[in-house]
Amino acid sequence: MSKGALLVVEDLKKYFPVKEGLLFSRTASEVKAVDGVSFEIPEGKTLGLVGESGSGKSTTGYCVLQLIKPTGGSVEFMGKQLTDLGRESLRKTRRDMQIVFQDPYSSLDPRMTVGDIVAEPLLVHGVGSRRSRRARVRELLEVVGFDPGYTNRYPHEFSGGQRQRIGIARALALGPKLIVCDEPVSALDVSIQAQILNLLKDLQRDFGLTYLFIAHDLAVVRSMSDRIAVMQSGKIVEEGPAEEVYEKPGHEYTKKLLTSVPVPDPRLMRERKAERRRVASAAAG
Amino acid sequence: MALLEVQDLQTHFFTREGVVRAVDGVSFEVDKGKTLGIVGESGCGKSVTALSIMGLLPQPPAKIVGGSVHFEGFDLATLPDKNLEEIRGAEIAMIFQDPMTSLNPTLKIGTQIMETMREHLGYGKDQARKRAIELLEEVHIPNAKDRLNDYPHRFSGGMRQRVMIAIAISCNPKLLIADEPTTALDVTVQAGVLDLLEELQEEYEMAMILITHDMGVVAEAADDIVVMYAGQIVEQASSLDLFDNPEHPYTEALLGALPQIEGAGIREGRLTAIPGRPPDLADPPTACRFAPRCPFSDRNDSCAKEEPQLREVRAGHWVRSAHPACERPREPVGAAT
Repeated sequence: MSKGALLVVEDLKKYFPVKEGLLFSRTASEVKAVDGVSFEIPEGKTLGLVGESGSGKSTTGYCVLQLIKPTGGSVEFMGKQLTDLGRESLRKTRRDMQIVFQDPYSSLDPRMTVGDIVAEPLLVHGVGSRRSRRARVRELLEVVGFDPGYTNRYPHEFSGGQRQRIGIARALALGPKLIVCDEPVSALDVSIQAQILNLLKDLQRDFGLTYLFIAHDLAVVRSMSDRIAVMQSGKIVEEGPAEEVYEKPGHEYTKKLLTSVPVPDPRLMRERKAERRRVASAAAG
Repeated sequence: MALLEVQDLQTHFFTREGVVRAVDGVSFEVDKGKTLGIVGESGCGKSVTALSIMGLLPQPPAKIVGGSVHFEGFDLATLPDKNLEEIRGAEIAMIFQDPMTSLNPTLKIGTQIMETMREHLGYGKDQARKRAIELLEEVHIPNAKDRLNDYPHRFSGGMRQRVMIAIAISCNPKLLIADEPTTALDVTVQAGVLDLLEELQEEYEMAMILITHDMGVVAEAADDIVVMYAGQIVEQASSLDLFDNPEHPYTEALLGALPQIEGAGIREGRLTAIPGRPPDLADPPTACRFAPRCPFSDRNDSCAKEEPQLREVRAGHWVRSAHPACERPREPVGAAT
């Protein structure tokens, strides 16, 4: 364990029980969603966690924030062992660690105004007066590029990209050190996705934020991350500096992932397709 | 004559907020055995175009208010429902984005595959069953004979999409419309499904319309590409020409907004975002629809006053812009790759 890392995760495990029987249900087996995951993130850096659906990347993010209780392993954040913390001290620590969710359509309460959504974390943690909170909300919305004149509107009045800005403003409200970004752009169109990724980069630079950036899109992860961990079936199969993992992948699965991503280059795609056919016919013959 | 000829198609939605011009004058052709990729962002009208061809739009609120859709000489836009039903599913088949919801969860896979053939081809039970097993084998589902009796929940996302494809090709359609067929799938599964579509296309000499938001997917699978923006075609070319020499500022910007997977300085760099968002199609500007977001347009331009027409800037390459790349004075282009 190196000194100076903001977040140190060691041998993290999350097993979900699989129940059988209706009346007297018993645990028949376990799904090892996260199975011995270790990594660390130095302050101000981004670790990209990439993998396909069901690989355990989101569960890892939730376990880091203690939104679900890990089955085993340790999560050390700002020198504190999160798994040992009691309810109240965990609540206080949450000021420093926040999350941005994938779906800006369902992660914002439709009955709350934009202003109330962004102010809620401040209210929950008893920060400031009514007036200072209102000023802080305007400031936050400006930071994320959302017109502060719209604080009394409701989320449904805005597009996906605008909603994701509201979600980011809310995550920033308490001045966190770590933000877990769980597929923050996968519900957005390419042109809007670029706006949000740029915003996240700017915020990191301006506020020294540390990101655990979870996504299935390999190019998106590459553009955001200093180091990248590739997950498959609950385990990290490869981890290293972003450039190294992508340009000299060491694990077969990483190679397979990288060559499966369609890129906007018809010639390269044709070569790859021909290669896949060669492999398939060689295997068949 | 092309297999499918769409001429000046206009599909509008009549809503309380006004008339939404979802598809506003779209024309293209698809030849036998070829794949046309329609690419664009949400709300650009790509799916409504497909649904208009299939006659699957709820009317009202939708209505095809103009243009024609000629398929083997018949105009589908004006064909009575009864005749359309004979073509739909048999001659033209469609697969959708979400393989989780497009199969009926309460019916066995076999029943769902056989249904189409019994309806359109008049197959008996045994004949349909035999063909269903063959079809599952063709889409590379192992143990085809046993899997026929399974319900959809026993199949993974990729396998369900394979079942959907099996149903779609069961009547030997001449045209397959695939609307975001791999969007819900993981990348490693996506490649397999795209390969399968191409394999079947060769075998059955089927034409295909592939609708997607993913520039990589059209680069992989399409022969010709149509780029749509705000209900209109803004660029149309062969796949190679489109990616080698994108002409429309929107196409360039879309490609520029894609994060790169390889190269130097990716982490430090910023992506070329497109400012703003597409216009409201209930009240589209009378000028170029991309002008407010276009880096090459300014207020004194023709494109700020009148709508540019789709024109051929070189053989087979059509663009709807007053500022295609080939006509611009040389200058630092921010939006280029």
